[in-house]
Amino acid sequence: MNTAELVSPVVRELPPSGIRKFFDLVAESKGIISLGVGEPDFVTPWHIREASMYSLEKGYTMYTSNHGLLELREEIAKYLSQRFGVNYDVRRELMVTVGASEGVDLAMRALVCPGDEVLIPDPSFVSYMPCVTLAGGKAVMVPTVAEEEFKLNAKTVESLITPRSKILMLSYPNNPTGAIMTADELKDIAEVVERHNLIVISDEIYAELTYGEKPVSFAALPGMRDRTVLLSGFSKAFAMTGWRIGYVATNPDFLAAMVKIHQYGIMCAPVMGQMAALEALRNGGTEMQRMVNTYDQRRRFVVTSFREMGLDCFEPKGAFYAFPSIKRTGLSSDDFSEKLLHQAKVAVVPGTAFGPSGEGHIRCSYACSMDQLKEALQRIKTFLSTL
Amino acid sequence: MTETTRRSILAILAENNRLAPEDIATMLGLPVDEVAGFIREMEERKVILKYNTLINWEKAGEEMVSALIDVKVQPQREVGFDTVAERIYRFPQVQSVYLMSGGYDLSVLIEGKGMKDVALFVAEKLATLEFVQSTATHFVLKKYKQDGVIFEDKEEDHRLMVSP
Repeated sequence: MNTAELVSPVVRELPPSGIRKFFDLVAESKGIISLGVGEPDFVTPWHIREASMYSLEKGYTMYTSNHGLLELREEIAKYLSQRFGVNYDVRRELMVTVGASEGVDLAMRALVCPGDEVLIPDPSFVSYMPCVTLAGGKAVMVPTVAEEEFKLNAKTVESLITPRSKILMLSYPNNPTGAIMTADELKDIAEVVERHNLIVISDEIYAELTYGEKPVSFAALPGMRDRTVLLSGFSKAFAMTGWRIGYVATNPDFLAAMVKIHQYGIMCAPVMGQMAALEALRNGGTEMQRMVNTYDQRRRFVVTSFREMGLDCFEPKGAFYAFPSIKRTGLSSDDFSEKLLHQAKVAVVPGTAFGPSGEGHIRCSYACSMDQLKEALQRIKTFLSTL
Repeated sequence: MTETTRRSILAILAENNRLAPEDIATMLGLPVDEVAGFIREMEERKVILKYNTLINWEKAGEEMVSALIDVKVQPQREVGFDTVAERIYRFPQVQSVYLMSGGYDLSVLIEGKGMKDVALFVAEKLATLEFVQSTATHFVLKKYKQDGVIFEDKEEDHRLMVSP
């Protein structure tokens, strides 16, 4: 029996993640310092872990409503309202998901019809494009460039719109570039969205990790709330990646459609994670701020170090990644990353893992201790001098 | 320099005093001179008292005994507890002295080479001090955490080396 042939052609032809390839390379090496990690180096704050343990002791081991615990939805609604000025009805417009990643999948499956086009900033998080393909849509990459600090350019978006364009994906602060979009810049995008009657799926998982600017939600822009599927979660801001708790907020029709898929596929997000998330929102502000301040300090350190090495590095104002250009070395992102790994024992992720516009760049996560960062940057500096 | 910035510099040093002013300046986006100047000023004003290193002596193979001693004293007219406290904290064996609310007055942390060392100090030096009414000595059996640092932290970095 040829089992490979039995796999659905759509899945078979889906390209494997560029990260995966690099992960295998790193796994074979020893003595590596990794700047390739896409999650906080902090362990979940103790009070959050403790709250989850307590909930287990109290017997919270059951299913919750498909939408998630009502108390948690209430806290999320309060948070979104106070922090971003967007208001959602906890019963009809909010749902807890298994990470913001599930939200991406649900939104695509709920909204994409076969042949619909979804505009995706390039480079950006690895799962958007596959989710569009799996939902039967066509991903249209919208290039962003270092010269514009990897912000989404409204004119570029407009130039790629066709009669089949239905959705615009937004992901700011951006992984891998660290780019953010200010309220004014988002307004230009909102005009295009309105003009072409698009839906926006806005992945705001890194919103709290915004440095020196106030975080904005696309849904808070005039007229955009009901066109927007807001996705977020607890992974980055509260260092809760492994708990897999995210949420989606959108108009009742979109939400009902997403709940339908979620209830058949997932049922509900794990209750112990939901209990932890509840504690995070109620009492996690101080710890979160401490982590954000630490990222901010490392961010400045990393950018300054790259510039001192002679690499162009625009100032990332969000997430925990720097995205320096390695064009002056004459190497491709892939070659540079592989050589760096083997010769200098530093793991980074080639920019191309996040889309073709990532060529000429590498993603360096600063979610690691200052000591590790210093050592890694020293190694990169030495490596550059050997090229 | 804003109050927040000043506090940030001190917090960074409190966490890791091996960072050079150049590093701190970069981390906070400030001129090096300004940071170095502020640190000097803090040293002069004795806001920064000392740059020390937290050592797990037990692991280093040193025999070290610590005891917490509750001391009840008769406060003195005009000078209150301060003079009595000074008589106690001047001894080099005394690591810390706090004035407490509650059932006793001074909490004294002593470190010595052995139980006997500590016991002798209490019997001969501390208990015999004028105005000391009573002492209660509690020996430390094990240090789990000190100055915010867990001694045997079993939490490791379990993250994958590369992830999206």
